[in-house]
Amino acid sequence: MKINKIILSFISAIALLLSTSVTSFAKVVGDKIVLGSAISLTGKYSSNGVHTQNGYNMAVDRINSMGGVKVGGKTYKFEIIYYDDESNPKRAAQLAERLISQDGVEFMLGPYSSGLTKAIAPVTEKYGVPMVEANGASRSLFTKGYKYLFAVLAPANLYLDVAIDLAVEKNGGKPVKIAQAFEQDAFSQDVRLGILEAAERTGSKIIIDDKLPKELNDMAATLAKVKAVKPDVLVVSGHTKGALTAIRQIAEMKVDVPMLAMTHCDAAKLSKQHGKNSEYALCASQWHKSLSYKDKFFGGGMKYAADFTKEFGYDPPYQAAESSAALLVFKDAFERANSFDKKKVRDALAATNMQTFYGNIKFAEGGQNVDKPMVLFQVMCNADGSKCENKVVAPTKWASAKLIHPIPSWSDR
Amino acid sequence: MDFLIFQVPMLTLQATLDGVLLGILFALIAYGMALQWGVMNIINIAQGDLVILGGYIAYFMYLWGIHPAWGVIVSPFIMYFVGVGIYKLVINKVVDRDLFISILATFGISILFMQLMNFAFGADVVLANSGYGTTMLFDNSVTLPNSKIFSAFISIIFAIGLVIYMKKSKLGRAIRATAQNARAAKILGVDTEKVYAATFGINAALCGVAGALISITFTIHPYMGLPYTIRSFMIVIVAGLGNLPGVAMSGMGLGVFEEFADYILGTEFRIGSVFLLLVLILVYRRFKLSKKREYLK
Repeated sequence: MKINKIILSFISAIALLLSTSVTSFAKVVGDKIVLGSAISLTGKYSSNGVHTQNGYNMAVDRINSMGGVKVGGKTYKFEIIYYDDESNPKRAAQLAERLISQDGVEFMLGPYSSGLTKAIAPVTEKYGVPMVEANGASRSLFTKGYKYLFAVLAPANLYLDVAIDLAVEKNGGKPVKIAQAFEQDAFSQDVRLGILEAAERTGSKIIIDDKLPKELNDMAATLAKVKAVKPDVLVVSGHTKGALTAIRQIAEMKVDVPMLAMTHCDAAKLSKQHGKNSEYALCASQWHKSLSYKDKFFGGGMKYAADFTKEFGYDPPYQAAESSAALLVFKDAFERANSFDKKKVRDALAATNMQTFYGNIKFAEGGQNVDKPMVLFQVMCNADGSKCENKVVAPTKWASAKLIHPIPSWSDR
Repeated sequence: MDFLIFQVPMLTLQATLDGVLLGILFALIAYGMALQWGVMNIINIAQGDLVILGGYIAYFMYLWGIHPAWGVIVSPFIMYFVGVGIYKLVINKVVDRDLFISILATFGISILFMQLMNFAFGADVVLANSGYGTTMLFDNSVTLPNSKIFSAFISIIFAIGLVIYMKKSKLGRAIRATAQNARAAKILGVDTEKVYAATFGINAALCGVAGALISITFTIHPYMGLPYTIRSFMIVIVAGLGNLPGVAMSGMGLGVFEEFADYILGTEFRIGSVFLLLVLILVYRRFKLSKKREYLK
């Protein structure tokens, strides 16, 4: 009986506390511009969700401390309301609805992953709320005619087509034989489309075209086939687990391919988990700290990386960098629109043409960033494999190292 | 459809060997499931999640600089107590109820474990490197990762050890007696409550061994448990309860089936083909059973 009373009073105390602490937010309160974001802080995307949030927070702090946003002669500061979407698309859509209709948010930042962005985009579109997203690269986001969606990153089909061009170039301009394995999700399948286009453009032939399941942890069959048919390039995209599994099994099965191109090496901490076995892998990346883009808030990539490491204790993956860039885009658009009218801000966003530390940003009709090429880096290790680094090898303009091609065979490694 | 596998004999051999090695590992997990299914009449949906938890134990040893192979010793110890803990908290309340309730309860445990692992260890895919190298046969055309051979070897040792333990030890006899007739065992002085707890603990310990092996051969991730549950369920269904040679055979059979499905239909149908096989076997069993009934009529 007594315990029941204690529990009851405890619950009512919490209820009271909650009811008093809820304040109503609106788009602009006092000197604050309130942005909203549903983000994966728990669930299967939680690691990248946290990278995204760290990227957002870092940019908010930096912009606020360097003078904030000037609109109509007044200075405003950014503030973000976050909700945890539990890596669940349905939940993300609900939260977007809640941010907009209950919290009164009129400007949104994107969630993590193409799937969740896809779930939120119809909601923001319905309310005419501009959303700048930094982590949804699937091409299908940009073909639906969304007017309020802007992505600072390059679409997924551009991730690895550079690798095919590179392979053809190394083959003396002659077509190459491609083996590919892609997970069956929106993102990886878009990467696949990019490869198909590149193959057609260069006259190359796809000799293995495998699909990988969501619960992938064994691709021995694909790799045994690769060993048997000897392609010129092996392309793998299956998020972190695809990258980790591929490297482990390529090394174990001693599969020799002249070129190995992948996605998600950063997120997989490939060289950290696999050391020398990951050497020579080519990885698609939206950003690398050694690129020479500059802006006045973060300086260059190296400076950003150093500041980020100081604040969060780890090297920034590109997911964090692009998230920071989203805030720079918003600031720029607010100042050019010189208004908080959603329509005007949307038009200003559409006219964005700027350089950030992350890269040039200019949106196409569909909302994707067309002014920033992908970069390819190659994992390069020192002789005993104790230290591996990612060195940019393409495009040539930013290359900090020369591509090692073909990959030495396992018997020589 | 891709029939490359039949055109290149080496690929057929590769697939068969891969499948057998993999199947032995599956059989170990399935053996644990068969044991506690037989004794307690509980289908443990959380089987795969126990495996993954065991894998994380080996992974953390690896992070602390201990060779992950030691995980096959440490992990079952810890997992035994995890298993007994789960039994004391949840399973003992559902053990005499009907199957549906126990399935719901273990399903709940499965979700809880997934989320807890995600919360505690993060959502990253991780692996532990054993550095065991590769065995190459036939001029490098068939490759067998030593970690897979190691896994199969350890699985066999644990399976044999368990069989001997079940035959010789007092607890083993008590477990077998309880499986045959719990009530009679109780009357004859077997503390069935203790037997149930130990059985669940032993099952969890086997999952711990398998998990440690999976962390050095494949990858682990908080949400990767379900395929292991399905596979062991499937193996037990085919082999029947209390039939250890059957479990080993159907484990290897499933491994080879999966590898061949992978080559012929594509990796995306790998798990799907297991489900399909499960449905086919259940339908076949039902068909056989109905025939028997007709005969009796």
